Amino acid sequence: MLKNPKDFWSGVMFAVIGFAFAIVVKVYDYPMGTASRMGAGYFPFVLGNVMGVLGLIIIGQALLSSGARIGKFAWQPLIWVLAGFVIFGLTAKLVGLVIAIVLLVVISSFGGHEHKWKEAFISSAVLAVCSVAVFVYGLKLPFPIWPSFITG
Amino acid sequence: MEALIANLSLGFGVALTLNNLMYCLVGCLLGTLIGVLPGIGPVATIAMLLPATFTLPPESSLIMLAGIYYGAQYGGSTTAILINIPGESSSVVTALDGYQMARQGRAGPALATAALGSFFAGTVATILLAVAAPPLAQIAFKFGPAEYFSLMTLGLIAAVVLAHGSVLKAIAMIVLGLLLGLVGTDVNSGMARFSFGIPELTDGIGFVAVAMGVFGLAEIMKNLETGGEKREVFLAKVTHLWPTKQDFKDSWGAVLRGTGLGSLLGILPGGGAVLASFAAYTLEKKIAKDSSKFGKGDIRGVAAPEAANNAAAQTSFIPLLTLGIPPNPVMALMVGAMIIQGIQPGPQVMTERPQLFWGMIASMWIGNLLLVVLNLPLIGMWIKLLTVPYRLLYPAILVFCAIGVYSLSNSPFDVVITAMFGFIGYLFVKLECEPAPLLLGFILGPMMEENLRRAMLLSRGDATTFVTRPLSATLLAIAALLLIVIMLPAIRKKREEAFVED
Repeated sequence: MLKNPKDFWSGVMFAVIGFAFAIVVKVYDYPMGTASRMGAGYFPFVLGNVMGVLGLIIIGQALLSSGARIGKFAWQPLIWVLAGFVIFGLTAKLVGLVIAIVLLVVISSFGGHEHKWKEAFISSAVLAVCSVAVFVYGLKLPFPIWPSFITG
Repeated sequence: MEALIANLSLGFGVALTLNNLMYCLVGCLLGTLIGVLPGIGPVATIAMLLPATFTLPPESSLIMLAGIYYGAQYGGSTTAILINIPGESSSVVTALDGYQMARQGRAGPALATAALGSFFAGTVATILLAVAAPPLAQIAFKFGPAEYFSLMTLGLIAAVVLAHGSVLKAIAMIVLGLLLGLVGTDVNSGMARFSFGIPELTDGIGFVAVAMGVFGLAEIMKNLETGGEKREVFLAKVTHLWPTKQDFKDSWGAVLRGTGLGSLLGILPGGGAVLASFAAYTLEKKIAKDSSKFGKGDIRGVAAPEAANNAAAQTSFIPLLTLGIPPNPVMALMVGAMIIQGIQPGPQVMTERPQLFWGMIASMWIGNLLLVVLNLPLIGMWIKLLTVPYRLLYPAILVFCAIGVYSLSNSPFDVVITAMFGFIGYLFVKLECEPAPLLLGFILGPMMEENLRRAMLLSRGDATTFVTRPLSATLLAIAALLLIVIMLPAIRKKREEAFVED
């Protein structure tokens, strides 16, 4: 049983990512160069190994100490918020700013504790109007307002 | 002296144009707004607004972004005092005595003390910035690549000292930041690194995406997890604002000490408003003859941290403007903003773009004045905002974030990357890995590599160049000393205590 899971898994994360960077340098054969003429691979290779070793030390320390458990992942907010965000990005060009905002607000509002359809729609409408006014008309950001298959 | 006046008048000439005044005002108001609202900080806001500033002239853009930063220090204290919710982490200690004062019906004097103390501190720190920047920049011109590399090392190590939690984890976070910063085309050889054939990645990972994901999205998900928030809004009637004579007598010393300490801590790499406010509060408690009143509505407990956080917010521009080295994540974003505008941050900014440099400094003082004048009458409006429940607030924050990131390159790519960093940021929260060192490392990564390469090229591959050049050696020695000191068990304990200071 792990006595310090928070630090243990942090260490694992650092070790894996660190060595992964170093391995990528080797596998993709980024030129190392020499100390006086460093190639593209030199600095990342050194850093990756440093981080990997740091990760190992953190793992070692975690095994010898006790600490807090990792809090439960709140998957509900995590998934809905990120899903809404990504969907906004994927659809904005296609359906225009207004619909993309409605999608984002309605989807992400499932991440909260109380979800009310009516409220979500009203706030998305308000946000859509404000955003179009500020970002499209005010700051002239190049967003289509409505879907391209309607406006042509 | 004459040069100073000439410089400042040049600065005020820039800052007082109608356009720039307006951007300063917008920045201050936005800053106050996010300062009042818990759950969104200056890092996420500045990241959010960066794309909107692309089209502005550099002066206006930086003036507005700076306004957001120090405006947030003002706004944070308002809610700390009135409803015991610090809008910003730099106002956490203000809530201790400020809220107690409000409960005793002295909300007005507490707010006024905070505002006036902040204004005083802001004024002093701005003058300090104007006086100290030119000589510091002169020193910076003597810096070669070896010195820059050592300075960045020192800056990153200092960021570790001041981050909370495990030292090793903080160092690992820095290295992770450095590595992420290296993703993209290598400037020397033109080779794409760690891009795995994804064309968008050859430009590197956008720092806006990293900052917004790790600081913005992760924060929202963290807030949502704690569940339906209940805010006890103790709406103290703010009847009389003006502090009594006794209040002035009690607080002027605290304001002075807070200003001094804050100015100093702001300059330090890794320092900034949060640390300054904590340190100032602790100092007041230590030196007070009768410290029993602290936590029960002592005006010094409001005056000192408020002066300190504002002074620090101001002076943390010094390393940015003179050396081009960001001391904290907000300044790291300012570096990003400058680079986007085609300005390489560093000592040459002052000589090559004096309008920008001095205009920004002048605008800070104007901004502080605007904040005092505007905020005291507007307090009622800010409080009303707090009655907006979080479930309505966070979708709005998400919308602005999404629009901001999307418009970086007008493609879904950055939005997806931001979402990924949102997830990573949430993971960091769960694993208690402080994200601030990561962002600093991320910004400094390419600069560090570049300076390391140049230094090693100049010394023909001899790594001792870093310790044989006196300036560089001194900087590295300080960094090593810092590292040893925080590793010492006794200090380690003290440091942990300092961060859980109630």
